[in-house]
Amino acid sequence: MAVTGILLALFLIAHMLGNLKVFTGETSFDHYAHWLRDIGKPLLPGVWFLWILRTVLVVAVVAHIVAATVLARRARAARPVKYAHRKKVNGSYAARTMRWGGVIILLFVIYHLLDLTTGTLNPVGDASKPYGNVVADFAPERWYVTLFYTLAILAVGFHLRHGAFSAFRSLGQQTPRGERRARTAALIFAVLLCAGYLVVPFAVLTGLVS
Amino acid sequence: MNLTLRIWRQKGPEDKGRMVTYPVDDVSPDMSFLEMLDVLNERLILSGEDPVAFDHDCREGICGMCGLMINGDAHGPQRGTTACQLHMRQFSDGETIDIEPWRASAFPVVKDLVVNRSAFDKIIAAGGYVTAPTGSAPEAHSTPVAKANADAAFESAACIGCGACVAACPNGSGMLFTAAKLTQLSLLPQGQPERYTRVIGMVDAHDEAGFGGCTNAGECTPACPKGIPLNTIGRLNRDYLTATAKGANNTPGS
Repeated sequence: MAVTGILLALFLIAHMLGNLKVFTGETSFDHYAHWLRDIGKPLLPGVWFLWILRTVLVVAVVAHIVAATVLARRARAARPVKYAHRKKVNGSYAARTMRWGGVIILLFVIYHLLDLTTGTLNPVGDASKPYGNVVADFAPERWYVTLFYTLAILAVGFHLRHGAFSAFRSLGQQTPRGERRARTAALIFAVLLCAGYLVVPFAVLTGLVS
Repeated sequence: MNLTLRIWRQKGPEDKGRMVTYPVDDVSPDMSFLEMLDVLNERLILSGEDPVAFDHDCREGICGMCGLMINGDAHGPQRGTTACQLHMRQFSDGETIDIEPWRASAFPVVKDLVVNRSAFDKIIAAGGYVTAPTGSAPEAHSTPVAKANADAAFESAACIGCGACVAACPNGSGMLFTAAKLTQLSLLPQGQPERYTRVIGMVDAHDEAGFGGCTNAGECTPACPKGIPLNTIGRLNRDYLTATAKGANNTPGS
């Protein structure tokens, strides 16, 4: 859980920084997007690096889901009779929404790939014009796309708020002071990441990026 | 105080069980929760009914026998308190109180509110001890122990094995108990020779007993009557990682 989660979180950081290049203008953003396909050239031919990265990410996602499923099944087997009186969330809301939050994130990732990688669900869907795809995606009349995107990003934020702390703990964070630091770091990380992702659709929505 | 109790009644391990409502009148706010149940039981016995079975022993919060899910809180609403030390002044007149046993497949219900916590004994038997007889308590300064380690080990040693951590855990995990029983030894010199076989053995026994896996949800520590801190589980994780990196198995002394 922790190791695959950290891999995916590192990807999320890189992806967010890449997204922010949308503020540097159309030429720069498109150039960056095309460069992504060519990383490693000329050492690796063509899109090899991209496919290596994609393989690593898919393996990480699958391993993450398998581990989560094992934990969820064990949890269900460990409490066959439920409490008649017990609040669903007693402590951390983020910790208690990890499983369904994860499912929402998975559904979003599938939609997101169909939208901006394959272009199937994108109104422009032109692989040579990534900037145009993004701007068309978050156009004001497609408010429902922005809404779904926002909800998914917030789900990612909650997931990371507990996930980042939990990863530190699983990998042996063991002092009370370290726990406070790990929780604070997880919260700051989650908030920054959410902000970094949400600023793009809202910039398009408000016409800051067009 | 007049109260309405909704209590889990189950004749035996095979019985399906159900919540049964009992009105209890004239309860003194100075009674402990278990004394209030005693009053109910005396009335049930006088009217020829089967009294409610519940576990208890010392009634001073140190034996770990009592354990009830009271209105969805392990050991009731007051933090750092066992059910026997909980007083009725924590409740208000006319309140309905739901009382259930710990719910975990590793803790099967014996009768009513009594559960079998032998699974904890299996975890202890898998390494929660020091094999070599170390005699009586040594002279305090003969074996130096860092103050921070002594304090943390003592915090863990306060665990009374009541099972509230399992009852409160959304995963039904017994990791706080296992970590406490491990840490009280792993932080002291006497616990070092078996430190890494102990952690493998105890975690294996924990999993085999049918407890769930820990997801660091953090609901055990607020429920713990002894306030065992959540970071104790981090100490277990650290030892477990070290042990697996060393290729240790669960044979004590190997």
